[in-house]
Amino acid sequence: MAPDPVGSQVTEPVGGTAAAGTTAPNRLRAARRAPWKVWTQRYGALAALVALFVYNAIDTPFFLTRQSLLFILLRQAAPIAIVAVGMAIVIGTAGIDLSVGSVMAIAGQVGASLVLHGQPFLLAITAALLVSALCGVFNGTLVARYGVQPIIATLILFIAGRGIAQLITNGELQPLANPSFQWIGLARPFGVPAQVIIAFLVAVVASLVMRLTVYGRQVLAVGGNETASRLAGLAAGRVKMLAYVTSAVLAGLVGLITVSATFASDANNTGVGMELDAIAAVAVAGTPLTGGKVTIWGAVVGAVMLKLLQNTLITHGITKEVAQMIEGAVIVAALWLQRQEA
Amino acid sequence: MTSTVATPGGPPGDTSGSADTSARRVQVGLLLQRQGALIALVALIVFGVIRYGGKFATGFNLSSLTGDTAKYGLVSLGMTFVIMTGGIDLSVGSVVALGGVVAVKVSEHGLLPGLLAGIGAGAAVGVLNGFLITRLRLQPFIVTLATLLAVRGLALNLAHTRAAVAAPGGFQKLGDWSILGLPVAAWTMLLAFLVGAGVVRYTAWGRQVLAIGGNVDAAKLMGLPVGRTSFSVYVLSGALAGCAGVFLASQDGSVDTAAGQGWELSAIAAVVVGGTLLTGGVGSVLSTLVGVLLLQLIFNLIVFENGKDVINISSYWESVIRGAFLLVVVLLQVRLVGRRGVPGRSG
Amino acid sequence: MRGINKAFVGVPALIDVDFEVAHGEVHALIGQNGAGKSTLIKVLTGVHTLDAGRIEFDGREVAFSSPHAAQLAGLSTIYQEVNLVPFRSVAENVFLNREPKRFGLIDWGRMNREATAILRRLDLDVDVTRPLYEYSIATQQMTALARALSTKARLVIMDEPTSALAENEVQTLFRVIRQLKSEGISVVFVSHRLDELYAVCDRVTVMRDGRTIEERPMSQISRYELVSKMLGRELAEQLSHRRGGDDEPADGPPVLEAVDLRRGRALDGVSVSIRSGEIVGLAGLLGSGRTETARVIFGADQLDSGTVAVEGKPVQLRSPGDAVRNRIGFSSEDRKTEGIVGQLSVRENLTLALLPHLRRHGIVDRKRQTETVDRFIKAIGIKCSSPEQPIRELSGGNQQKVLLARWLCTDPRLLILDEPTRGIDVGAKRDIQVLIRQLADEGLAVLLISSELEEIIADSNRVVTLRDGRSVAELSGDEITEDAVMQAIATGTGADAGADTGAVADADAAGRAGRTT
Repeated sequence: MAPDPVGSQVTEPVGGTAAAGTTAPNRLRAARRAPWKVWTQRYGALAALVALFVYNAIDTPFFLTRQSLLFILLRQAAPIAIVAVGMAIVIGTAGIDLSVGSVMAIAGQVGASLVLHGQPFLLAITAALLVSALCGVFNGTLVARYGVQPIIATLILFIAGRGIAQLITNGELQPLANPSFQWIGLARPFGVPAQVIIAFLVAVVASLVMRLTVYGRQVLAVGGNETASRLAGLAAGRVKMLAYVTSAVLAGLVGLITVSATFASDANNTGVGMELDAIAAVAVAGTPLTGGKVTIWGAVVGAVMLKLLQNTLITHGITKEVAQMIEGAVIVAALWLQRQEA
Repeated sequence: MTSTVATPGGPPGDTSGSADTSARRVQVGLLLQRQGALIALVALIVFGVIRYGGKFATGFNLSSLTGDTAKYGLVSLGMTFVIMTGGIDLSVGSVVALGGVVAVKVSEHGLLPGLLAGIGAGAAVGVLNGFLITRLRLQPFIVTLATLLAVRGLALNLAHTRAAVAAPGGFQKLGDWSILGLPVAAWTMLLAFLVGAGVVRYTAWGRQVLAIGGNVDAAKLMGLPVGRTSFSVYVLSGALAGCAGVFLASQDGSVDTAAGQGWELSAIAAVVVGGTLLTGGVGSVLSTLVGVLLLQLIFNLIVFENGKDVINISSYWESVIRGAFLLVVVLLQVRLVGRRGVPGRSG
Repeated sequence: MRGINKAFVGVPALIDVDFEVAHGEVHALIGQNGAGKSTLIKVLTGVHTLDAGRIEFDGREVAFSSPHAAQLAGLSTIYQEVNLVPFRSVAENVFLNREPKRFGLIDWGRMNREATAILRRLDLDVDVTRPLYEYSIATQQMTALARALSTKARLVIMDEPTSALAENEVQTLFRVIRQLKSEGISVVFVSHRLDELYAVCDRVTVMRDGRTIEERPMSQISRYELVSKMLGRELAEQLSHRRGGDDEPADGPPVLEAVDLRRGRALDGVSVSIRSGEIVGLAGLLGSGRTETARVIFGADQLDSGTVAVEGKPVQLRSPGDAVRNRIGFSSEDRKTEGIVGQLSVRENLTLALLPHLRRHGIVDRKRQTETVDRFIKAIGIKCSSPEQPIRELSGGNQQKVLLARWLCTDPRLLILDEPTRGIDVGAKRDIQVLIRQLADEGLAVLLISSELEEIIADSNRVVTLRDGRSVAELSGDEITEDAVMQAIATGTGADAGADTGAVADADAAGRAGRTT
């Protein structure tokens, strides 16, 4: 193999006052990773999305219509995308949030109950989001203050949260038809479903925050090396707390969207499996679950890609169950592609 | 567990005083937790006997309680081994469903083929998990998350998206048979736990499992078959989950579409309650049994409490209580063990 | 080993390396970081396969497929970081994978008895049923050694075994090494500390840039020669000259005045004060409370009692954040786990502590960040391909420079440096030492912790000696000599320390020694 320009420096005598800029093994590792692999790691999900899109555009009738794209694909992907954005931030801090599905159920129940009890729409939404934030504070406290492992800390609310949501109405479905409440689920300003717009705004804001703000940098530092970050004076606990609260509030928002779109709050089913969908969306987009990296748009692309994959399979007569199996295989494949060199 | 700066553990490299103290605290902490779980179990049993008297302490209740517990117990046992190596297996819930469905299908050819097919299906998923994790070196958390999805899909597909109902006859008897008043499932679980505890203590494989979870690099340098041992742990976990599925199917006579959903989390909870460190390397098989029994007993008591008609506790409280219980255990563990968890393990 | 070649993807890491160890010989292997020592050891022990050349072990040509295969053949390695399983008992760690069995089951009784016996041979009397992590690093290393002996090792490779040991533990290790030697077991000893090489080694092989440069009996090579062989150039400037001792410290209150710091058993009354422009060395053995002192001053650990005043004003530092706001910086001894954030860029790492000041309405001021980063990369001479290069790809010395820059860009009043030159090559080490002196000359107060006496002596205006968690002596100016500091560390009596302090410390030390060994 021809010596590449990077590697050849290693053989030069180390004569100066300091050693060569980089250590040999790391350079080698950088040199060894194939370019196609780097490319797929970064753009794999996007490429898959584009490929699926092109395929569908050719093969599926009416796919390229506004109705199909906006009202089926993006509308279905929006809730997952919103939750995945929060999940991406939590994962960036080297954490995980299993409680998002339960928080969705709780928020939906709180919102629906208040509206049904004649409270104003805005109050109901605010209260639901506040309760969600409290759930986030609970997770954050366990993780940041007590140092409980994120899987376990959020497992508690995953288990108990659904029970709490069910207890609000003793497990009964709350049918709901409130015009203003229905807005978030059904409205279509500028002909675009409101939830798609909300998801887009959430992603824009989150990606700007991660890219430009001090907080965004701190998330990466805490996720990359928490001890070092603390010793650099960072309030690592606060950084993590905010990540869990963000994730919970976004989950709560999606809970409200779900209730509003389905005309009912169903504590038994709202958000079941959402944590898996969100984690999968983050994972297929190439974010390592070990923390220190956040790609907000990656999570969004991942969510849309997985949804499109599902829809494509189903329109081709493949049952939902088989689609689920293929989805699992896709996640594993994505993981394999991103595997860090050992 | 995340390492924090403001900890009693002292900085790495420090070998004197503080590390010593925190090491002792870990030890005492885990010991207290295991004892605590056992004490809580005994206390709850005593409470049950006193409060509900004869009705609680009947053979029937014991039999149904242990019969129910057996399925969770088998899954938790497998999970204990996986967690000891520092891994995790989220797919077990789906594997329970798959094992059950396969067993029901094959049981038309007899009881034994059904039983073996269920266990075999579970083991096959374990082989897949083990291959992806140890050969392709993928993260256990995500791999088993993916197989959780895929295996449920497979189970549903095999069952044509409806409950798989077993033909009456031999297969269902497996759920009814009892020996000395305890159902076969309960005996299986007890036997499995005893064997499991012995294996951990007295076989090289058992020590390898703990060594890998304790320090995988060291285990490799010592020439331990790290890949093979980790692999076998996932296969074991799959097989035990498959077995749990068989018992589920035979007890209920059918496997519904939601069978086993969320069991992975109950199993993790039982393992943690039993005082096994999630980071691997420290654990006790019998303590997991205590954890499983403790969690199940709580629900049993709720049923009795409702039976007294004084207050009516909705079944939805179950999950809330389960969560609260886990919270208490986790906080106790944090308090006793100290924030850092264990010295020498950072981030 | 003859004519060993090893290359990674065309990049040679070892070039025509010859390396020979005789029976019963203690052989030193030295070289700068990246000289190829680790690669050589890895090729030897079967971690890597070699591209060309041959390895003979006991007269037979061998090619080990794994470290385990090498162990079975009688070649054991004891790594820098102890590679054992902390949760398992000492006995298990000695016997893992070779447990004595009866009827196919582990025979615990025999295992514990045999482990105890092997450790006795190393003069170590411990309860082998306790988990390994309960014991000191020294004991853990002895356990690794016991494991090697129980595999009937004939060649033991020790990769910087002393880096985490206190002086008395080093002596124990040396005694064991000599004992191994007398039993005909060969030892390859890798260390950066020249004193140790002269104390225990028979012959030395020097490596540089992937080649073996020199092989000679230890007694026939001077320190100066050894260092210049390693560096490949004559040392232009000997570092050991004292920093100008005549500069008078500035007036006014000290930048830091810490009085009677106490925390658990680790700190038992440490007092230290540092003025602007002063480098105060903190000397003492490992475990004497040096790092602990640094951590409580920085707010990383909380005090049980004692006071800290910054520029005359008492402060309560509850977190590192508080300390940073008081313009104190702290560079930890553990660069990898407590310093760098590996996957982040040099830019992000350099400005990590500064970030809150780069904030404008919560948004990072990219322009100022870039300015700062460029300025420090240039000023300190950080070698990186660009500020966006991940820091983990830099050499240890350059990482350390980035970490120093992380604090310097926050314009600190006081910088606490815990082992700033540990594990980096001699060239970068000198750069950093020069930089520290320069900073102090410009008015920075520096608290310097180092295990290398030479460094403390060369750089410090004053030296505070710690012993069993309390400050026992303070030397300044011309009193700072190797002898005096050694004396203070050993007996607790310095130029101005009362005799009774020393006596108390002695009694304490005796009590401690009795307990830990």
